[in-house]
Amino acid sequence: MCLALPACVISLDATGQSGQVDLGGVRKTVSFALLDEVAVGDHVIVHVGYALSRLDPDEAAQTLALFADLAAHHAQASSEGGA
Amino acid sequence: MKYVSEFRDPTLARHLAQKLADAAQPGRSYRFMEFCGGHTHALARYGVLDLLPPQIQMIHGPGCPVCVLPIGRIDMAIELASRPGVILASYGDTLRVPASGQLSLIRARAQGADVRIVYAVDDALALARAHPDRDVVFLAIGFETTTPPTAVALQTAQREDLGNFSVLCNHVLTPAAMHAILDQPEPVPLDGLVGPAHVSTIIGTQPYEVFASRYHLPVVIAGFEPLDMMQAILMLVQQVNEGRAEVENEFTRAVSHQGNTRAQALVHEVFELRDDFAWRGLDRIPHSALRLRPAYARFDAELRFGLHDRSVPDHPQCLCGPILRGQRQPVDCKLFGTVCTPDNPMGACMVSSEGACAAHYAYGRHRAPTANTEASTPTSGPPTSAATTEPHIP
Repeated sequence: MCLALPACVISLDATGQSGQVDLGGVRKTVSFALLDEVAVGDHVIVHVGYALSRLDPDEAAQTLALFADLAAHHAQASSEGGA
Repeated sequence: MKYVSEFRDPTLARHLAQKLADAAQPGRSYRFMEFCGGHTHALARYGVLDLLPPQIQMIHGPGCPVCVLPIGRIDMAIELASRPGVILASYGDTLRVPASGQLSLIRARAQGADVRIVYAVDDALALARAHPDRDVVFLAIGFETTTPPTAVALQTAQREDLGNFSVLCNHVLTPAAMHAILDQPEPVPLDGLVGPAHVSTIIGTQPYEVFASRYHLPVVIAGFEPLDMMQAILMLVQQVNEGRAEVENEFTRAVSHQGNTRAQALVHEVFELRDDFAWRGLDRIPHSALRLRPAYARFDAELRFGLHDRSVPDHPQCLCGPILRGQRQPVDCKLFGTVCTPDNPMGACMVSSEGACAAHYAYGRHRAPTANTEASTPTSGPPTSAATTEPHIP
């Protein structure tokens, strides 16, 4: 039950306290009561019907860039080693 | 799916596996505990264990909320659900946890108790609104991730004066369980902790600093995707190699130092610490769980229905306790995979998909070194071509 998924916010109700998210094609109404602010297009982590946190796109990009650097480094090392 | 598929890239996983193999020093062992059941599940499901060098052992922790709920608390829920006029609303995971007298909530339902599965606590509120003549009790379980939603629901009930709604509160705290694991009389030797993902979105990285300072244990908070986990394990290996013990955060896209302060304030407003609480496998742990504050006492099912904690021993053959303490592995248990299966669980670790036994049963059992019949028993799980040994079995 710890499993929670990143979902994209697609609409907000009038109060801004709940709205619809897209979970990989599945639409679901969830509560935003635990978030200070949320906007359509944000990605949030949804757990038991509540958005727990917003995903930071810059931080995600940095983590992915770190992985890409690693892959590039390995590719270079193996080509230099003549493998 | 954005933020999912890119963190499951198999090519990058192989690069990370190579980097891990390079970083792990020969002749040295690295014993890391993944606290969270979600991590236990992910390690097994994505075959991450098979990508780790043999020096690295992952030890499963007690972070599966269904697994740590003791029999006495399930008995309490069953007793309540069996009372006339009561509707017990529960997350689905809890329904098959074995309780006393060969009962479980799902068997109690078969005997006539009104037990309803809800996806969210808001569904329990809706039940209470729809059935004003019934007492609707929400069986609240979980760590810091499920507690804030329960707090929101209790505030809603207060605001709406929803007198027929109450909560049987079993919310527990991650740092307290980590202390209990590390302070055991015979603690499991550990070289580092993988900090939980979604719990940390709420509590932040700050509460883990004590484990780095007091126990000199490296802690790395990890996301739930396989690349996240491999990167976090690499960060732990690097800390061990360099003799560092710090709290590092791999899951920066969702976890901050201070966490979700709005959710923390909601929880603080509604809940207070219990003096102690019984955990399956860990006995009673001081200040490890929450109860409703006096301002919300009318919604506290334990007070409303005069319920009392009862201590009930586990099945004598069941190794859930030592498994939850990190001292044993699922395959050490005589019941594992024989009488205890996900279809008919004897112990709680086999119930939830995040339980160590359920994860090993679903994804790992055919790869165990003792399983000579492996070739004739195809698995339908993720690719396991690299699987020759099972690194988390010493």
